[in-house]
Amino acid sequence: MQLIKETDYGTPASKAEAEVSLTIDGFEVTVPAGTSVMRAAMELGVKVPKLCATDSLEAFGSCRMCLVEIEGRNGTPASCTTPVTPGMSVKTQTPLLRTLRKGVMELYISDHPLDCLTCAANGDCELQDTAGEVGLREVRYGYEGDNHLCAEADESNPYFTFDPSKCIACSRCVRACDEVQGTFALTIQGRGFGSKVAAGMDEPFFESECVSCGACVQACPTATLTEKTVIEIGQPEHSLVTTCAYCGVGCSFKAEMRGEDVVRMVPYKDGKANRGHSCVKGRFAFGYASHRERILNPMIRDKITDPWREVSWDEAIAYTASQFKRIQRDYGKDAVGAITSSRCTNEETFLVQKLVRAGFGNNNVDTCARVCHSPTGYGLKTTFGTSAGTQDFDSVEHSDVMLLIGANPTDGHPVFASRMKKRLRQGAKLIVVDPRRTDIVRSPHIEAAHHLPLTPGTNVAVLTAMAHVIVTEGLANEAFIRERCDLDAYAAWATFVADPRYSPEETQALTGVPADELRAAARLYATGGNGAIYYGLGVTEHSQGTTTVMAIANLAMVTGNLGREGVGVNPLRGQNNVQGACDMGSFPHEFVGYRHVSDDATRELFEDLWGVKLEREPGLRIPNMLDAAQDGSFRALYVQGEDILQSDPDTHHVAAGLAAMDCVVVQDLFLNETANYAHVFLPGSTFLEKDGTFTNAERRIQRVRKVMAPKNGYGDWEITQLLSNALGYPMAYSHPSQIMDEIAATTPSFAGVSYPALETLGSVQWPCNAAAPEGTPVMHLDSFARGKGLFVLTDYIATEERTGSRFPLLLTTGRVLSQYNVGAQTRRTANVAWHQEDLLEIHPFDAETRGLKDGDWIKLASRSGETSLRCQITDRVAPGVVYTTFHHPSTQANVITTDFSDWATNCPEYKVTAVQISSSNGPTDWQEAYEAQALQSRRIAPAAE
Amino acid sequence: MQADKLVHMANQIARAFAVEGEAKAVAATANHLKLFWDPRMRREILVHLDAGGEGLDDVARAALGLLR
Repeated sequence: MQLIKETDYGTPASKAEAEVSLTIDGFEVTVPAGTSVMRAAMELGVKVPKLCATDSLEAFGSCRMCLVEIEGRNGTPASCTTPVTPGMSVKTQTPLLRTLRKGVMELYISDHPLDCLTCAANGDCELQDTAGEVGLREVRYGYEGDNHLCAEADESNPYFTFDPSKCIACSRCVRACDEVQGTFALTIQGRGFGSKVAAGMDEPFFESECVSCGACVQACPTATLTEKTVIEIGQPEHSLVTTCAYCGVGCSFKAEMRGEDVVRMVPYKDGKANRGHSCVKGRFAFGYASHRERILNPMIRDKITDPWREVSWDEAIAYTASQFKRIQRDYGKDAVGAITSSRCTNEETFLVQKLVRAGFGNNNVDTCARVCHSPTGYGLKTTFGTSAGTQDFDSVEHSDVMLLIGANPTDGHPVFASRMKKRLRQGAKLIVVDPRRTDIVRSPHIEAAHHLPLTPGTNVAVLTAMAHVIVTEGLANEAFIRERCDLDAYAAWATFVADPRYSPEETQALTGVPADELRAAARLYATGGNGAIYYGLGVTEHSQGTTTVMAIANLAMVTGNLGREGVGVNPLRGQNNVQGACDMGSFPHEFVGYRHVSDDATRELFEDLWGVKLEREPGLRIPNMLDAAQDGSFRALYVQGEDILQSDPDTHHVAAGLAAMDCVVVQDLFLNETANYAHVFLPGSTFLEKDGTFTNAERRIQRVRKVMAPKNGYGDWEITQLLSNALGYPMAYSHPSQIMDEIAATTPSFAGVSYPALETLGSVQWPCNAAAPEGTPVMHLDSFARGKGLFVLTDYIATEERTGSRFPLLLTTGRVLSQYNVGAQTRRTANVAWHQEDLLEIHPFDAETRGLKDGDWIKLASRSGETSLRCQITDRVAPGVVYTTFHHPSTQANVITTDFSDWATNCPEYKVTAVQISSSNGPTDWQEAYEAQALQSRRIAPAAE
Repeated sequence: MQADKLVHMANQIARAFAVEGEAKAVAATANHLKLFWDPRMRREILVHLDAGGEGLDDVARAALGLLR
């Protein structure tokens, strides 16, 4: 293994198709028109010295190091800002250039601390490299003049240091923040000698608008911006490319190592999902892997009120198997089940569902996608024929209008949000449908053309009203519909939506969206060029989540916004492997590749391969499992990598279901909240400790690479295999690649996927098979997977969760940038510096009428339960709407949410809960009792003498 | 499993399909229950139906009839 060093071409690649040939230092090179001379030279293998240029940023031309001479031209132009022209003859090294560069470098070094041997960037410093390249041997100006060497370092950010004494004012950090991240938090303050990099209004980084994405650190050519882990550990010596285990963007990172220590995670430039960018979670929040609270030994206990007892792996696995066998013997084979995790790899997920179907002999397997994107699977399969988004992320570069519904990408999918913002700054238009004024509605250099702040729960009414406008105003794309869609279904749908009762004017009282604004938004989406829909859990987590997904599909079909770049229907997946968990057969009704368990041919395929008879009836979904547990017919559950007590709705219901079971097995990194009700704890491994693949929101299958041995002893796939063998269903995989081979052999859309193929291609988007050996970036090009696209009638049916005198406000929930889901990982990193507790956002009007001040403790109550937290007064939310996050178990926001769910999939209705708010003086009795119970439950008995 | 919960879920499905017209809605509801409900859930709601089917709306009731 060695340290992966990517070539820096100095300026971005040109996307022009026309080519230009020129000569550089006597060698001919042909490059796309628009390429800089600097990049053309690097393509040839000639590195022109540079400081302010890097290929993630547009050319700037300030450092004066990359000067070249061009035959027939006067002077010494900067090669970064000079585009190639046909027949151009360039010299990158002449006596004049040598003299000029050396002189400029002398100026830089005259104001730079010469502490290279003790500098954290020693060995990874472009200033040092460039000094070497230009042959710097002396600094004629001396070091005694005015300088910046006494400038104080800013240590406020928990992850990186800003040491202005080492800054050369090249502006790379400022430009990275502007061009790549799109936050515009940094600037060059002052003029001339006083010029300096400043965050915000010259505040400490931590107090500024900086979102700690790391783009500035990545761009810095000196040690000015340096990861604290590099300062602490030293430079890495080897690296492997792997995939982030946080959100569904699926960023590629180089895990840069020194021995078994992760020195830093560096975004990989060739990563096709992130194109070299990162966010605060993936870039910096990996410390949980070695957190002191991580459990590394298996544990068992007879009763959940007992302390845990550490045991060997053999004993833990044997105990679990004996419990599951006993329960199946006493209560029938359908009395047990499992939950797969969207945090685990495809191979691990596949294995858990195989264990259930072949080992347990039933279909009681479900996944955490149940509570997020199960409606996407149902809705898109019904309308298009495939349970997945239609585009790749690159597609956004061709979008003219983005319709963003129920998603908050700057917090939930920040790296993709940066790409969206870049396109918006180039002139694309944005429509946001969201009850809250999320950051992307108005941020530096971006303003949504339309923000439709709908009343929570009225998505279907809003989208059907948009369809009404498109159909009744003659904006439908008739040619597309005639060629690509089921015409009978279209005719019925068009008649349905054209009914005046679906007009914006008729529905505005219900939705809260002004009719003229909705009409304008519908017209823009239908006529503004390439229209792309991006959506999130604000769409799916409703009692009509599936209907909303189908309404979205209808809108894309009626406008012909499918089957090419720049358009499409794009679910933004919450967790790293939501798409993969769904693909891998985690749902109780379908095998890998979305084939129903009742399909005889598919079942026979697996029966032949797995050597057992398989059940043809669907199994229980997670909420059904919990109901059946209270009923006594479901008694044992194997949960891999999910914390259903904290993440699933109506905590009291989840707790009652878990408490009713005879054997709950939790496989996780930490004693999570679900483990409070567990009898067996099997310590899991992190993404750094195993091989596998994740599939991101664009269907991209990417490698996860093991960079260290599992601290718990086994990868999660190995633990499932141990359990299966102990249960009597043999599994004998020696590497996850063999599991992927089995997936490919049984799944048409994965037929071409293998680890060697992923090594060659880097990553691949399914379908990947003989028809598409390099994968499928954009789906439904010429026809839909189901043949003709199906328009579905989307009648608005109000949720049964209603406000009234007892509960007059509507609560909706979401995430913040720095935390991830239940916070099990991010709460155990320095990310808590940004978000230490869940807060309740409330409009000033609602706060005023309740006598609340910003930061007050409030009691939040619904018909399900109550909790207390602090409030934050903001007009981000409309009057009558309140909002909170669910990252902290001390708040347990889901004690408030109800058991209402989507009609088709049972995806919980997290986004609409009727609540009341009142003053409080601290945690509720329930919170205090829960905390005491959790403490009691986490006791680990001392090892026997 | 609690009958009222099963009834609520069945009615929700039936109401979602109701816009298609009664005949289609009955068939679609029955098909949905067959494809996505665990057999014990179907068994228990049929027991509830046999006991009078309190709370079931007309489409859900007719769909359950098709499951026998």
